Amino acid sequence: MLLLALDTATPAVTVALHDGSDVVASSSQVDARRHGELLLPAVDRVLAEAGLTLGAVTGVVVGVGPGPYTGLRVGLMTADTFGLALGVPVHGLCTLDGLAYAADVPGPFVVATDARRKEVYWARYADSRTRLTEPAVDRPADIADEVRGLPAVGAGALLYPDTFPKVHEPEHVSAAALARLAAERLAAGEELPAPRPLYLRRPDAQVPKNYKVVTPK
Amino acid sequence: MTDMRDEPLVLGIETSCDETGVGVVRGTTLLADAIASSVDEHARFGGVVPEVASRAHLEAMVPTIDRALKEAGVSARDLDGIAVTAGPGLAGALLVGVSAAKAYAYALGKPLYGVNHLASHICVDQLEHGPLPEPTMALLVSGGHSSLLLSTDITSDVRPMGATIDDAAGEAFDKIARVLNLGFPGGPVIDRYAREGDPRAIAFPRGLTGPRDPAYDFSFSGLKTAVARWIEAKRAAGEEVPVRDVSASFQEAVVDVLTRKAVRACKDQGVDHLMIGGGVAANSRLRALAQERCEAAGIRLRVPRPKLCTDNGAMVAALGAEMVSRGRAASDWDLSADSSLPVTDPHVPGGGPTHDHTHAHEAGKENLYT
Ligand SMILES: [Zn+2]
Repeated sequence: MLLLALDTATPAVTVALHDGSDVVASSSQVDARRHGELLLPAVDRVLAEAGLTLGAVTGVVVGVGPGPYTGLRVGLMTADTFGLALGVPVHGLCTLDGLAYAADVPGPFVVATDARRKEVYWARYADSRTRLTEPAVDRPADIADEVRGLPAVGAGALLYPDTFPKVHEPEHVSAAALARLAAERLAAGEELPAPRPLYLRRPDAQVPKNYKVVTPK
Repeated sequence: MTDMRDEPLVLGIETSCDETGVGVVRGTTLLADAIASSVDEHARFGGVVPEVASRAHLEAMVPTIDRALKEAGVSARDLDGIAVTAGPGLAGALLVGVSAAKAYAYALGKPLYGVNHLASHICVDQLEHGPLPEPTMALLVSGGHSSLLLSTDITSDVRPMGATIDDAAGEAFDKIARVLNLGFPGGPVIDRYAREGDPRAIAFPRGLTGPRDPAYDFSFSGLKTAVARWIEAKRAAGEEVPVRDVSASFQEAVVDVLTRKAVRACKDQGVDHLMIGGGVAANSRLRALAQERCEAAGIRLRVPRPKLCTDNGAMVAALGAEMVSRGRAASDWDLSADSSLPVTDPHVPGGGPTHDHTHAHEAGKENLYT
């Protein structure tokens, strides 16, 4: 087995290879504005580091967000197209689950990433492998009661110390964590979800107001 | 005639606006032209909504690639290259196509060619009428662009002669259709009404046609306002708006200026071929008047069939195949989507200096009413 994992749902552009027993190569860069440019060279680099070619990959795992849309789609489109060209399955994993999996927190906690527009994408976890709530997008102040007293993980938590006073590592998701989580679930015989984007917001689009009169009244 | 099997087999991907296009060509021969459009999802907004378009591209891409290969009857392994629209267009929409093309080319071990959307609109005519004459004058008119371009080699030399200084021609059609409550997109419906109207019924202004105006630039904003005012005056007076005559007279004003300037550019530059491309090239009156004026001026007119004039993947494949034929450098794996790629760059070769201007803005074709 050789899993290629990638995630572009957050400012991190992250790629990892997992051979069934552990991660054999990985790359993470944090640059919110260049996902499109950075991802393919990162895949190329990671494969070279492992001394492998893409043709050896038996499955693709991609973070499905939630995340800002333009960057999120880079990873999903890349994963989908690899799946098509290689004829291998493409699995989706929630990006927040990847952060939770890498979190070193003993008890229950919350994961929060930056959703911009003064909001966070977030979910609550019982432990690193058990999500308690559906991913959601909210203003931190509006969820203060639901996350009170819980340690938090993720760059979204760091932005809002009033709501998330206790923040743990990691700040960013890593494809290595996603790959380990996927490998663990696949080994347990679980079926992973399809790679469908978690946008959580409707497209920004206003139905235009009635046609504006151009002649002065 | 060369053996067709020697000509490059190229798959092209186009996502600069609301059409997910995947085409396959062999040299100048069209093998497949698969399209998935999100136009219906935009209709209620009265214009293309970038985020809606981008989401639709992601959904449609893999099935559309599959369909194109099936239609062409070729295997992905046999491709000689993958071409993709690198710009100009909607930034987020372009990025979906560029991501797919890069992943596909990389996975198949094929060279990648990031190409210019406008040069592709010109090059597509090779699929219809054979190799482009050199030089070629091209009039490109759509909802996103209105330009006059001169090309001596479509892979390396495209010169802007003129362009709209405000609205694109297709945008003006959309806006007038909206004022007349005819829905979106406006081009086809105005064309239909205009056929039953009198193009001389109302004398609408011809923008930038004065003696001191730039010879090859266009302006449709003044015309748009004049038509809207005329309609409002009718409504204010409680009279019925003659939709057919307004459509015909408005359309005549647009195509009169477009064809007049295009023919003049050909004459001035000593070019005896004119090609017309872009969505507005499907307009029946534009085709008729261009034919008439070109004939009178001794210019050969080349207009591809309407399906090749609107955005599609075959045009991208056509330009990609030309890049392969002429040995142009492939793009690098860090190819980016460039929403404002200059028309003077027919493709984005690798190894060149990296440019670092921002790609975050969505230039040109934002929702017209927000
Ligand atoms: Zn176009």
